[in-house]
Amino acid sequence: MGLKEYTFTEKIDTRSGFGVGLAELGDKNPDVVALCADLTGSLKMDAFKNAHPKRFFQVGIAEANMMGIAAGMTIGGKIPFTGTFANFSTGRVYDQIRQSIAYSHKNVKICASHAGITLGEDGATHQILEDIGLMKMLPGMTVINTCDFEQTRKATHAIAEHHGPVYLRFGRPKMPNFTTDLPFEIGKGILLQEGTDVTLVATGHLVWEALEAAKILHELGISAEVINIHTIKPLDDALILQSAKKTGAVVSCEEHNFLGGLGESIARVLATNLPTPQEFVATQDTFGESGTPAQLMEKYGLNAAAIVHKAQAAMSRKA
Amino acid sequence: MASLETLEQLIPQVRRDILRMVHQVNSGHPGGSLGCAEFFVTLYNHVMEYSTDFTMDGKNEDLFFLSNGHISPVFYSTLARSGFFPVAELATFRKLDSRLQGHPTTHEGLPGVRIASGSLGQGMSVAIGAAETKKLNGDTHLVYSLHGDGELQEGQNWEAIMYAGAKGIDNLISTIDYNKQQIDGSTDDVLPLGDLRSKLEAFGWVVFDVEQGNNIEAIILGLETAKAASGKGKPIAILLHTIMGNGVDFMMHTHAWHGKAPNDEQLATGLAQNEETLGDY
Repeated sequence: MGLKEYTFTEKIDTRSGFGVGLAELGDKNPDVVALCADLTGSLKMDAFKNAHPKRFFQVGIAEANMMGIAAGMTIGGKIPFTGTFANFSTGRVYDQIRQSIAYSHKNVKICASHAGITLGEDGATHQILEDIGLMKMLPGMTVINTCDFEQTRKATHAIAEHHGPVYLRFGRPKMPNFTTDLPFEIGKGILLQEGTDVTLVATGHLVWEALEAAKILHELGISAEVINIHTIKPLDDALILQSAKKTGAVVSCEEHNFLGGLGESIARVLATNLPTPQEFVATQDTFGESGTPAQLMEKYGLNAAAIVHKAQAAMSRKA
Repeated sequence: MASLETLEQLIPQVRRDILRMVHQVNSGHPGGSLGCAEFFVTLYNHVMEYSTDFTMDGKNEDLFFLSNGHISPVFYSTLARSGFFPVAELATFRKLDSRLQGHPTTHEGLPGVRIASGSLGQGMSVAIGAAETKKLNGDTHLVYSLHGDGELQEGQNWEAIMYAGAKGIDNLISTIDYNKQQIDGSTDDVLPLGDLRSKLEAFGWVVFDVEQGNNIEAIILGLETAKAASGKGKPIAILLHTIMGNGVDFMMHTHAWHGKAPNDEQLATGLAQNEETLGDY
Protein backbone atom coordinates (compact mmCIF):
# COMPACT_ATOMS: atom_id res chain seq x y z
CA MET A 1 0.00 0.00 0.00
CA GLY A 2 1.44 3.36 -1.00
CA LEU A 3 1.67 6.32 1.31
CA LYS A 4 -0.37 9.46 0.83
CA GLU A 5 1.88 12.43 0.34
CA TYR A 6 1.29 15.50 2.46
CA THR A 7 2.90 18.66 1.23
CA PHE A 8 3.21 22.12 2.65
CA THR A 9 4.30 25.44 1.29
CA GLU A 10 5.43 26.89 4.57
CA LYS A 11 6.12 26.20 8.20
CA ILE A 12 4.07 28.43 10.43
CA ASP A 13 3.02 28.42 14.07
CA THR A 14 -0.35 27.12 15.22
CA ARG A 15 -0.89 30.25 17.33
CA SER A 16 -0.93 32.28 14.12
CA GLY A 17 -3.77 30.08 12.90
CA PHE A 18 -5.65 31.08 16.03
CA GLY A 19 -4.89 34.76 15.44
CA VAL A 20 -6.09 34.66 11.85
CA GLY A 21 -9.16 32.59 12.76
CA LEU A 22 -10.08 34.95 15.58
CA ALA A 23 -9.78 38.00 13.34
CA GLU A 24 -11.98 36.34 10.70
CA LEU A 25 -14.50 35.41 13.38
CA GLY A 26 -14.53 38.97 14.64
CA ASP A 27 -15.64 40.16 11.23
CA LYS A 28 -18.20 37.40 10.87
CA ASN A 29 -19.78 37.17 14.32
CA PRO A 30 -20.52 40.35 16.30
CA ASP A 31 -21.04 38.36 19.51
CA VAL A 32 -17.43 37.19 19.60
CA VAL A 33 -15.34 39.06 22.17
CA ALA A 34 -11.72 38.47 23.13
CA LEU A 35 -9.90 38.81 26.43
CA CYS A 36 -6.18 38.71 26.99
CA ALA A 37 -3.95 38.72 30.05
CA ASP A 38 -1.03 40.79 28.76
CA LEU A 39 0.05 38.42 25.99
CA THR A 40 -1.71 39.91 22.99
CA GLY A 41 1.31 39.66 20.72
CA SER A 42 2.23 36.14 21.81
CA LEU A 43 -1.34 34.95 21.21
CA LYS A 44 -1.48 36.77 17.84
CA MET A 45 -4.60 38.61 18.95
CA ASP A 46 -3.50 41.99 17.57
CA ALA A 47 -5.51 41.71 14.36
CA PHE A 48 -8.74 41.16 16.30
CA LYS A 49 -7.83 43.91 18.76
CA ASN A 50 -7.13 46.43 16.01
CA ALA A 51 -10.23 45.60 13.98
CA HIS A 52 -12.60 45.39 16.98
CA PRO A 53 -11.15 47.47 19.82
CA LYS A 54 -14.47 47.67 21.67
CA ARG A 55 -14.76 43.90 21.72
CA PHE A 56 -11.22 43.36 22.95
CA PHE A 57 -10.61 43.33 26.71
CA GLN A 58 -7.10 43.68 28.06
CA VAL A 59 -7.32 42.45 31.66
CA GLY A 60 -3.67 42.69 32.61
CA ILE A 61 -1.73 39.96 34.38
CA ALA A 62 -4.78 38.63 36.20
CA GLU A 63 -5.88 35.34 34.70
CA ALA A 64 -8.34 34.38 37.44
CA ASN A 65 -10.21 37.63 36.91
CA MET A 66 -10.10 37.07 33.15
CA MET A 67 -11.81 33.69 33.46
CA GLY A 68 -14.50 35.14 35.71
CA ILE A 69 -15.11 38.11 33.44
CA ALA A 70 -15.35 35.74 30.48
CA ALA A 71 -17.93 33.65 32.33
CA GLY A 72 -19.94 36.78 33.15
CA MET A 73 -19.75 38.09 29.59
CA THR A 74 -21.66 35.07 28.31
CA ILE A 75 -24.65 36.35 30.28
CA GLY A 76 -26.21 38.57 27.66
CA GLY A 77 -25.06 36.48 24.73
CA LYS A 78 -21.38 37.18 24.11
CA ILE A 79 -18.95 34.43 23.08
CA PRO A 80 -15.72 35.17 24.94
CA PHE A 81 -12.35 33.87 23.75
CA THR A 82 -9.68 34.09 26.42
CA GLY A 83 -6.03 34.12 25.43
CA THR A 84 -2.93 33.38 27.43
CA PHE A 85 -0.29 30.66 27.71
CA ALA A 86 -1.53 27.13 28.37
CA ASN A 87 -0.08 27.05 31.86
CA PHE A 88 -1.89 30.24 32.85
CA SER A 89 -5.04 29.12 31.00
CA THR A 90 -5.44 25.97 33.05
CA GLY A 91 -3.41 25.19 36.15
CA ARG A 92 -3.31 28.75 37.39
CA VAL A 93 -7.07 29.18 37.11
CA TYR A 94 -8.40 25.68 37.53
CA ASP A 95 -10.97 26.48 40.18
CA GLN A 96 -12.24 29.52 38.31
CA ILE A 97 -12.74 27.40 35.20
CA ARG A 98 -14.28 24.59 37.21
CA GLN A 99 -16.88 26.64 39.06
CA SER A 100 -17.55 29.76 37.00
CA ILE A 101 -17.22 28.18 33.53
CA ALA A 102 -17.59 24.39 33.48
CA TYR A 103 -20.05 23.82 36.34
CA SER A 104 -21.92 26.98 35.35
CA HIS A 105 -22.15 25.82 31.69
CA LYS A 106 -20.73 29.04 30.31
CA ASN A 107 -19.98 29.42 26.64
CA VAL A 108 -16.34 30.40 27.10
CA LYS A 109 -13.54 29.45 24.70
CA ILE A 110 -10.28 29.04 26.59
CA CYS A 111 -7.56 29.48 24.00
CA ALA A 112 -4.11 28.46 25.09
CA SER A 113 -0.83 28.99 23.31
CA HIS A 114 2.70 27.86 24.19
CA ALA A 115 1.41 24.47 25.31
CA GLY A 116 3.83 21.64 25.88
CA ILE A 117 7.57 21.33 25.79
CA THR A 118 8.03 23.07 22.41
CA LEU A 119 7.70 26.37 24.21
CA GLY A 120 11.43 25.79 24.47
CA GLU A 121 13.87 28.09 26.16
CA ASP A 122 11.54 29.52 28.84
CA GLY A 123 11.71 26.18 30.63
CA ALA A 124 9.47 24.13 32.85
CA THR A 125 7.62 26.98 34.60
CA HIS A 126 5.93 27.72 31.28
CA GLN A 127 5.92 24.28 29.62
CA ILE A 128 2.72 22.76 30.92
CA LEU A 129 2.44 19.03 30.18
CA GLU A 130 -0.60 18.43 32.36
CA ASP A 131 -3.21 20.72 30.81
CA ILE A 132 -5.02 18.16 28.66
CA GLY A 133 -5.59 16.05 31.74
CA LEU A 134 -6.78 18.99 33.81
CA MET A 135 -9.24 20.11 31.16
CA LYS A 136 -10.56 16.74 30.01
CA MET A 137 -11.52 15.84 33.57
CA LEU A 138 -13.98 18.73 33.77
CA PRO A 139 -17.52 17.55 32.96
CA GLY A 140 -18.85 19.19 29.81
CA MET A 141 -15.50 20.57 28.67
CA THR A 142 -14.54 20.03 25.03
CA VAL A 143 -10.77 19.64 24.58
CA ILE A 144 -9.05 20.29 21.27
CA ASN A 145 -5.33 20.19 20.41
CA THR A 146 -4.54 21.30 16.88
CA CYS A 147 -1.64 20.22 14.69
CA ASP A 148 -0.97 23.07 12.28
CA PHE A 149 -1.93 26.59 11.23
CA GLU A 150 -4.94 25.65 9.11
CA GLN A 151 -6.38 23.21 11.62
CA THR A 152 -6.08 25.82 14.34
CA ARG A 153 -7.75 28.44 12.15
CA LYS A 154 -10.62 26.09 11.34
CA ALA A 155 -10.94 24.99 14.96
CA THR A 156 -11.22 28.62 16.07
CA HIS A 157 -14.21 29.01 13.76
CA ALA A 158 -15.73 25.69 14.80
CA ILE A 159 -15.64 26.34 18.53
CA ALA A 160 -17.54 29.61 18.09
CA GLU A 161 -20.37 27.59 16.54
CA HIS A 162 -20.30 25.04 19.36
CA HIS A 163 -22.28 26.03 22.45
CA GLY A 164 -20.40 25.19 25.63
CA PRO A 165 -16.99 25.55 27.22
CA VAL A 166 -14.00 24.61 25.08
CA TYR A 167 -10.28 24.30 25.73
CA LEU A 168 -8.31 24.96 22.54
CA ARG A 169 -4.62 24.08 22.84
CA PHE A 170 -1.95 25.21 20.40
CA GLY A 171 1.64 26.37 20.45
CA ARG A 172 4.66 28.31 19.43
CA PRO A 173 6.89 26.30 17.05
CA LYS A 174 6.61 26.64 13.30
CA MET A 175 5.05 23.46 11.94
CA PRO A 176 4.39 22.24 8.39
CA ASN A 177 1.01 23.62 7.35
CA PHE A 178 -0.51 20.64 5.57
CA THR A 179 -4.22 20.38 6.49
CA THR A 180 -5.51 23.06 4.12
CA ASP A 181 -7.62 20.59 2.16
CA LEU A 182 -8.75 18.56 5.17
CA PRO A 183 -12.09 19.12 6.89
CA PHE A 184 -12.36 20.02 10.55
CA GLU A 185 -15.28 18.82 12.62
CA ILE A 186 -15.25 18.81 16.42
CA GLY A 187 -15.14 15.22 17.66
CA LYS A 188 -14.20 13.67 14.31
CA GLY A 189 -10.72 12.29 13.95
CA ILE A 190 -8.95 12.35 10.60
CA LEU A 191 -7.54 9.28 8.90
CA LEU A 192 -4.28 10.58 7.42
CA GLN A 193 -2.67 7.31 6.30
CA GLU A 194 -4.22 3.92 5.82
CA GLY A 195 -2.17 1.00 7.10
CA THR A 196 -2.50 -2.53 8.37
CA ASP A 197 0.27 -3.26 10.90
CA VAL A 198 0.07 -0.55 13.55
CA THR A 199 -2.05 2.52 14.30
CA LEU A 200 -0.38 5.81 15.19
CA VAL A 201 -2.89 8.11 16.90
CA ALA A 202 -1.43 11.59 17.17
CA THR A 203 -2.48 15.01 18.36
CA GLY A 204 -0.98 18.50 18.16
CA HIS A 205 2.59 18.97 17.07
CA LEU A 206 3.20 15.22 17.02
CA VAL A 207 0.89 14.68 14.06
CA TRP A 208 3.58 15.69 11.59
CA GLU A 209 6.09 13.51 13.46
CA ALA A 210 3.67 10.59 13.14
CA LEU A 211 3.47 11.12 9.39
CA GLU A 212 7.28 11.16 9.23
CA ALA A 213 7.37 8.01 11.35
CA ALA A 214 4.96 6.30 8.95
CA LYS A 215 7.43 6.98 6.12
CA ILE A 216 10.28 5.44 8.08
CA LEU A 217 8.14 2.44 9.01
CA HIS A 218 7.15 2.08 5.36
CA GLU A 219 10.84 1.79 4.45
CA LEU A 220 11.11 -0.94 7.10
CA GLY A 221 8.22 -2.79 5.50
CA ILE A 222 5.72 -1.83 8.20
CA SER A 223 2.36 -0.43 7.17
CA ALA A 224 1.30 2.25 9.66
CA GLU A 225 -2.14 3.78 9.85
CA VAL A 226 -2.02 7.41 11.01
CA ILE A 227 -4.97 9.05 12.72
CA ASN A 228 -5.10 12.68 13.77
CA ILE A 229 -7.18 13.13 16.88
CA HIS A 230 -7.60 16.88 17.31
CA THR A 231 -10.60 16.55 19.64
CA ILE A 232 -9.42 14.69 22.71
CA LYS A 233 -12.82 15.11 24.32
CA PRO A 234 -15.26 13.98 23.11
CA LEU A 235 -13.02 11.30 21.65
CA ASP A 236 -13.73 9.68 18.29
CA ASP A 237 -13.96 6.19 19.79
CA ALA A 238 -15.31 4.61 16.61
CA LEU A 239 -12.40 5.67 14.42
CA ILE A 240 -9.83 4.44 16.95
CA LEU A 241 -11.58 1.10 17.49
CA GLN A 242 -12.05 0.52 13.79
CA SER A 243 -8.34 1.01 13.23
CA ALA A 244 -7.21 -0.97 16.29
CA LYS A 245 -9.35 -3.87 15.15
CA LYS A 246 -7.57 -3.82 11.82
CA THR A 247 -3.96 -3.35 12.98
CA GLY A 248 -3.94 -4.90 16.46
CA ALA A 249 -1.37 -2.43 17.82
CA VAL A 250 -1.64 1.23 18.80
CA VAL A 251 0.78 4.06 19.56
CA SER A 252 -0.55 7.28 21.05
CA CYS A 253 1.54 10.38 20.31
CA GLU A 254 1.22 13.64 22.21
CA GLU A 255 3.21 16.50 23.63
CA HIS A 256 1.90 15.90 27.15
CA ASN A 257 2.45 13.74 30.18
CA PHE A 258 1.51 10.09 29.60
CA LEU A 259 -0.65 10.46 32.71
CA GLY A 260 -3.90 12.19 31.88
CA GLY A 261 -3.36 12.79 28.19
CA LEU A 262 -4.74 11.50 24.91
CA GLY A 263 -2.98 8.17 25.44
CA GLU A 264 -4.91 7.40 28.58
CA SER A 265 -8.20 8.28 26.88
CA ILE A 266 -7.34 5.86 24.09
CA ALA A 267 -6.32 3.19 26.59
CA ARG A 268 -9.70 3.49 28.28
CA VAL A 269 -11.52 3.06 24.96
CA LEU A 270 -9.40 0.04 24.05
CA ALA A 271 -9.59 -1.59 27.48
CA THR A 272 -13.35 -1.37 27.62
CA ASN A 273 -14.00 -2.38 24.02
CA LEU A 274 -11.07 -4.11 22.39
CA PRO A 275 -8.00 -4.79 24.54
CA THR A 276 -5.05 -3.98 22.28
CA PRO A 277 -1.32 -3.52 22.91
CA GLN A 278 -0.63 0.21 23.20
CA GLU A 279 2.55 2.23 23.61
CA PHE A 280 2.75 5.85 24.69
CA VAL A 281 4.81 8.55 23.00
CA ALA A 282 4.52 11.22 25.67
CA THR A 283 6.55 12.69 28.48
CA GLN A 284 7.11 10.26 31.33
CA ASP A 285 5.70 12.03 34.37
CA THR A 286 8.36 14.71 34.32
CA PHE A 287 8.71 18.47 34.07
CA GLY A 288 10.40 19.98 31.03
CA GLU A 289 13.49 22.18 30.86
CA SER A 290 15.14 24.87 28.75
CA GLY A 291 16.35 24.03 25.26
CA THR A 292 15.39 24.41 21.63
CA PRO A 293 12.13 22.71 20.65
CA ALA A 294 13.95 20.15 18.50
CA GLN A 295 16.43 19.32 21.28
CA LEU A 296 13.62 18.90 23.77
CA MET A 297 11.52 16.75 21.45
CA GLU A 298 14.47 14.46 21.00
CA LYS A 299 15.50 14.33 24.66
CA TYR A 300 11.94 13.64 25.83
CA GLY A 301 11.19 11.09 23.13
CA LEU A 302 8.60 13.07 21.22
CA ASN A 303 9.78 12.77 17.61
CA ALA A 304 9.44 10.46 14.61
CA ALA A 305 12.30 8.23 15.77
CA ALA A 306 10.60 7.69 19.12
CA ILE A 307 7.32 6.88 17.40
CA VAL A 308 9.02 4.29 15.17
CA HIS A 309 10.58 2.65 18.22
CA LYS A 310 7.25 2.52 20.06
CA ALA A 311 5.45 1.21 16.97
CA GLN A 312 7.81 -1.72 16.84
CA ALA A 313 7.36 -2.31 20.56
CA ALA A 314 3.56 -2.31 20.24
CA MET A 315 3.69 -4.70 17.28
CA SER A 316 5.97 -7.09 19.17
CA ARG A 317 3.27 -7.46 21.80
CA LYS A 318 0.55 -8.55 19.39
CA ALA A 319 -1.02 -11.83 20.43
CA MET B 1 -41.84 48.30 44.02
CA ALA B 2 -43.09 46.83 47.27
CA SER B 3 -44.15 49.04 50.15
CA LEU B 4 -42.27 49.23 53.43
CA GLU B 5 -45.06 47.25 55.05
CA THR B 6 -44.68 44.46 52.54
CA LEU B 7 -40.92 44.39 53.06
CA GLU B 8 -41.42 44.29 56.81
CA GLN B 9 -43.79 41.36 56.43
CA LEU B 10 -41.31 39.50 54.26
CA ILE B 11 -38.39 39.76 56.65
CA PRO B 12 -39.59 37.47 59.46
CA GLN B 13 -40.92 35.01 56.91
CA VAL B 14 -37.56 34.83 55.15
CA ARG B 15 -35.88 34.31 58.53
CA ARG B 16 -38.29 31.47 59.26
CA ASP B 17 -37.51 29.93 55.89
CA ILE B 18 -33.77 30.12 56.59
CA LEU B 19 -34.10 28.52 60.03
CA ARG B 20 -36.43 25.79 58.87
CA MET B 21 -34.35 24.96 55.77
CA VAL B 22 -31.07 24.50 57.64
CA HIS B 23 -32.77 22.74 60.56
CA GLN B 24 -34.45 20.23 58.27
CA VAL B 25 -31.17 18.97 56.83
CA ASN B 26 -29.04 19.78 59.86
CA SER B 27 -26.61 21.70 57.68
CA GLY B 28 -26.18 25.00 55.93
CA HIS B 29 -25.26 28.55 56.86
CA PRO B 30 -27.85 30.47 58.92
CA GLY B 31 -25.65 33.23 60.39
CA GLY B 32 -24.73 35.11 57.22
CA SER B 33 -28.12 34.35 55.69
CA LEU B 34 -29.97 35.99 58.58
CA GLY B 35 -27.59 38.95 58.51
CA CYS B 36 -28.47 39.65 54.88
CA ALA B 37 -32.24 39.02 54.99
CA GLU B 38 -33.11 42.71 54.94
CA PHE B 39 -30.69 43.36 52.09
CA PHE B 40 -32.07 40.55 49.90
CA VAL B 41 -35.69 41.38 50.56
CA THR B 42 -35.11 45.05 49.82
CA LEU B 43 -33.00 44.45 46.74
CA TYR B 44 -35.44 42.04 45.14
CA ASN B 45 -38.66 43.74 46.17
CA HIS B 46 -37.87 47.42 46.14
CA VAL B 47 -34.77 48.14 44.07
CA MET B 48 -34.03 45.77 41.22
CA GLU B 49 -35.94 45.69 37.95
CA TYR B 50 -36.29 42.14 36.70
CA SER B 51 -38.59 39.57 35.23
CA THR B 52 -39.49 36.38 37.09
CA ASP B 53 -39.87 34.88 33.62
CA PHE B 54 -36.24 33.91 33.96
CA THR B 55 -33.75 33.96 31.10
CA MET B 56 -30.07 33.28 31.54
CA ASP B 57 -29.17 36.27 29.37
CA GLY B 58 -31.18 38.69 31.50
CA LYS B 59 -31.25 41.37 28.82
CA ASN B 60 -32.88 44.67 29.75
CA GLU B 61 -33.17 43.81 33.41
CA ASP B 62 -31.03 44.27 36.49
CA LEU B 63 -28.86 41.29 37.43
CA PHE B 64 -27.69 40.02 40.79
CA PHE B 65 -24.73 37.75 41.53
CA LEU B 66 -24.15 36.12 44.90
CA SER B 67 -20.44 35.58 45.37
CA ASN B 68 -20.54 34.20 48.92
CA GLY B 69 -22.67 31.27 47.85
CA HIS B 70 -22.87 29.67 51.27
CA ILE B 71 -25.64 32.07 52.25
CA SER B 72 -27.84 30.26 49.75
CA PRO B 73 -30.77 29.92 52.21
CA VAL B 74 -31.52 33.65 52.12
CA PHE B 75 -31.02 33.71 48.35
CA TYR B 76 -33.38 30.78 47.78
CA SER B 77 -36.02 32.09 50.15
CA THR B 78 -35.94 35.52 48.53
CA LEU B 79 -36.12 34.09 45.01
CA ALA B 80 -39.03 31.84 45.92
CA ARG B 81 -40.92 34.57 47.71
CA SER B 82 -40.25 36.93 44.79
CA GLY B 83 -41.90 34.51 42.37
CA PHE B 84 -38.99 32.74 40.67
CA PHE B 85 -40.06 29.25 41.76
CA PRO B 86 -42.67 27.70 44.09
CA VAL B 87 -42.15 28.40 47.78
CA ALA B 88 -42.82 24.71 48.47
CA GLU B 89 -39.57 23.86 46.74
CA LEU B 90 -37.65 25.36 49.68
CA ALA B 91 -38.37 22.06 51.43
CA THR B 92 -35.93 20.34 49.05
CA PHE B 93 -32.93 22.43 50.15
CA ARG B 94 -29.72 20.31 50.23
CA LYS B 95 -31.62 17.11 49.50
CA LEU B 96 -30.93 14.57 46.77
CA ASP B 97 -32.20 15.57 43.31
CA SER B 98 -32.98 19.12 44.41
CA ARG B 99 -32.49 22.29 42.40
CA LEU B 100 -31.61 23.95 45.70
CA GLN B 101 -28.07 22.68 46.06
CA GLY B 102 -26.01 23.45 49.15
CA HIS B 103 -24.39 26.25 47.19
CA PRO B 104 -26.17 27.96 44.29
CA THR B 105 -25.68 26.54 40.84
CA THR B 106 -27.02 26.86 37.32
CA HIS B 107 -26.47 23.13 36.92
CA GLU B 108 -29.97 22.16 38.01
CA GLY B 109 -31.67 25.03 36.19
CA LEU B 110 -33.01 26.91 39.20
CA PRO B 111 -34.59 30.16 37.96
CA GLY B 112 -32.86 33.23 39.36
CA VAL B 113 -29.37 31.77 39.51
CA ARG B 114 -26.93 32.77 36.76
CA ILE B 115 -23.62 31.45 38.11
CA ALA B 116 -22.40 28.81 40.50
CA SER B 117 -20.78 30.15 43.65
CA GLY B 118 -19.38 28.59 46.75
CA SER B 119 -15.68 28.49 46.12
CA LEU B 120 -15.10 32.05 47.26
CA GLY B 121 -13.80 35.12 45.52
CA GLN B 122 -15.14 34.55 42.02
CA GLY B 123 -18.37 36.50 41.91
CA MET B 124 -17.06 39.99 41.35
CA SER B 125 -15.22 38.98 38.18
CA VAL B 126 -18.41 37.39 36.88
CA ALA B 127 -20.44 40.47 37.75
CA ILE B 128 -17.91 42.65 35.92
CA GLY B 129 -18.20 40.43 32.87
CA ALA B 130 -21.98 40.72 32.90
CA ALA B 131 -21.62 44.50 33.31
CA GLU B 132 -19.25 44.67 30.33
CA THR B 133 -21.75 42.76 28.21
CA LYS B 134 -24.54 45.12 29.26
CA LYS B 135 -22.39 48.00 28.05
CA LEU B 136 -21.71 46.26 24.73
CA ASN B 137 -25.42 45.57 24.34
CA GLY B 138 -26.42 49.15 25.11
CA ASP B 139 -28.39 47.82 28.06
CA THR B 140 -28.57 50.48 30.77
CA HIS B 141 -29.71 48.18 33.55
CA LEU B 142 -27.41 47.58 36.49
CA VAL B 143 -25.47 44.64 37.85
CA TYR B 144 -25.52 44.01 41.61
CA SER B 145 -23.30 41.64 43.52
CA LEU B 146 -22.87 40.57 47.12
CA HIS B 147 -19.64 39.47 48.78
CA GLY B 148 -18.66 38.39 52.25
CA ASP B 149 -16.14 40.60 54.03
CA GLY B 150 -13.95 37.64 54.90
CA GLU B 151 -14.26 36.63 51.25
CA LEU B 152 -12.18 39.67 50.35
CA GLN B 153 -9.18 37.75 51.62
CA GLU B 154 -9.32 35.86 48.31
CA GLY B 155 -6.88 37.50 45.91
CA GLN B 156 -9.08 37.28 42.83
CA ASN B 157 -11.28 39.98 44.35
CA TRP B 158 -8.44 42.45 44.18
CA GLU B 159 -7.76 41.61 40.55
CA ALA B 160 -11.43 42.34 39.93
CA ILE B 161 -11.46 45.47 42.06
CA MET B 162 -8.41 46.79 40.21
CA TYR B 163 -9.99 46.03 36.83
CA ALA B 164 -13.35 47.59 37.64
CA GLY B 165 -11.72 50.76 38.92
CA ALA B 166 -9.26 51.05 36.04
CA LYS B 167 -11.86 50.34 33.36
CA GLY B 168 -14.63 52.43 34.87
CA ILE B 169 -17.24 49.69 35.30
CA ASP B 170 -19.87 52.16 36.47
CA ASN B 171 -22.90 49.92 35.99
CA LEU B 172 -21.84 47.67 38.87
CA ILE B 173 -22.91 48.00 42.50
CA SER B 174 -21.00 45.54 44.70
CA THR B 175 -22.13 45.20 48.29
CA ILE B 176 -19.85 43.85 50.99
CA ASP B 177 -21.61 42.06 53.85
CA TYR B 178 -19.53 43.81 56.50
CA ASN B 179 -20.37 41.72 59.55
CA LYS B 180 -16.72 41.34 60.52
CA GLN B 181 -17.10 37.61 61.15
CA GLN B 182 -15.83 34.52 59.37
CA ILE B 183 -15.72 30.79 60.14
CA ASP B 184 -12.69 30.83 62.43
CA GLY B 185 -13.63 33.99 64.30
CA SER B 186 -13.75 37.73 63.79
CA THR B 187 -12.07 39.03 60.65
CA ASP B 188 -9.78 41.03 62.94
CA ASP B 189 -8.56 37.82 64.53
CA VAL B 190 -8.30 35.76 61.35
CA LEU B 191 -6.82 38.27 58.91
CA PRO B 192 -7.69 41.94 59.42
CA LEU B 193 -9.23 43.61 56.38
CA GLY B 194 -7.80 47.00 57.30
CA ASP B 195 -9.42 50.17 56.08
CA LEU B 196 -11.73 48.74 53.42
CA ARG B 197 -13.13 52.10 52.38
CA SER B 198 -9.70 53.55 51.74
CA LYS B 199 -8.57 50.44 49.94
CA LEU B 200 -11.54 50.48 47.60
CA GLU B 201 -11.24 54.21 47.02
CA ALA B 202 -7.56 53.79 46.23
CA PHE B 203 -8.60 51.33 43.52
CA GLY B 204 -10.91 53.95 42.02
CA TRP B 205 -14.24 52.96 43.51
CA VAL B 206 -16.99 55.13 44.99
CA VAL B 207 -17.80 53.76 48.44
CA PHE B 208 -20.94 54.18 50.53
CA ASP B 209 -21.35 52.93 54.07
CA VAL B 210 -24.73 51.69 55.24
CA GLU B 211 -24.15 51.75 58.97
CA GLN B 212 -27.47 50.11 59.79
CA GLY B 213 -27.29 47.21 57.40
CA ASN B 214 -30.27 45.45 58.94
CA ASN B 215 -32.57 48.44 58.66
CA ILE B 216 -34.76 48.42 55.57
CA GLU B 217 -34.97 52.17 55.23
CA ALA B 218 -31.22 52.52 55.59
CA ILE B 219 -30.70 49.86 52.95
CA ILE B 220 -33.13 51.56 50.56
CA LEU B 221 -31.35 54.87 51.05
CA GLY B 222 -27.96 53.24 50.50
CA LEU B 223 -29.01 51.40 47.34
CA GLU B 224 -30.79 54.45 45.91
CA THR B 225 -27.74 56.59 46.61
CA ALA B 226 -25.58 53.98 44.89
CA LYS B 227 -27.91 53.85 41.88
CA ALA B 228 -27.77 57.63 41.59
CA ALA B 229 -23.98 57.42 41.54
CA SER B 230 -23.91 54.84 38.73
CA GLY B 231 -23.03 55.76 35.18
CA LYS B 232 -20.41 58.26 36.24
CA GLY B 233 -17.24 56.42 35.38
CA LYS B 234 -16.62 54.57 38.63
CA PRO B 235 -17.71 51.26 40.12
CA ILE B 236 -19.67 51.49 43.35
CA ALA B 237 -19.22 49.59 46.59
CA ILE B 238 -21.56 49.51 49.54
CA LEU B 239 -20.13 48.55 52.91
CA LEU B 240 -23.20 47.04 54.47
CA HIS B 241 -22.65 46.90 58.22
CA THR B 242 -24.72 43.92 59.23
CA ILE B 243 -25.15 41.78 62.30
CA MET B 244 -24.50 38.13 61.64
CA GLY B 245 -27.47 36.04 62.77
CA ASN B 246 -29.75 39.09 62.93
CA GLY B 247 -33.28 38.46 64.17
CA VAL B 248 -32.54 35.38 66.24
CA ASP B 249 -31.13 36.59 69.53
CA PHE B 250 -28.83 33.71 70.37
CA MET B 251 -27.33 33.71 66.87
CA MET B 252 -26.46 37.41 66.81
CA HIS B 253 -22.99 38.99 67.01
CA THR B 254 -21.12 35.70 66.77
CA HIS B 255 -19.47 33.54 64.13
CA ALA B 256 -20.71 30.43 65.98
CA TRP B 257 -23.69 30.08 63.63
CA HIS B 258 -21.77 30.61 60.42
CA GLY B 259 -22.23 27.03 59.31
CA LYS B 260 -24.23 25.31 61.98
CA ALA B 261 -27.91 24.35 62.07
CA PRO B 262 -30.15 24.86 65.11
CA ASN B 263 -31.51 21.85 66.98
CA ASP B 264 -35.25 21.39 67.58
CA GLU B 265 -35.32 23.55 70.66
CA GLN B 266 -33.20 26.29 69.15
CA LEU B 267 -35.41 26.25 66.06
CA ALA B 268 -38.49 26.71 68.22
CA THR B 269 -36.86 29.65 69.98
CA GLY B 270 -35.84 31.23 66.68
CA LEU B 271 -39.29 30.77 65.15
CA ALA B 272 -40.95 32.21 68.24
CA GLN B 273 -38.97 35.38 67.66
CA ASN B 274 -40.18 35.67 64.06
CA GLU B 275 -43.86 35.69 63.25
CA GLU B 276 -45.25 33.62 60.38
CA THR B 277 -46.49 36.45 58.17
CA LEU B 278 -46.94 34.93 54.73
CA GLY B 279 -47.24 31.23 55.48
CA ASP B 280 -44.42 28.75 55.95
CA TYR B 281 -43.51 26.56 52.99
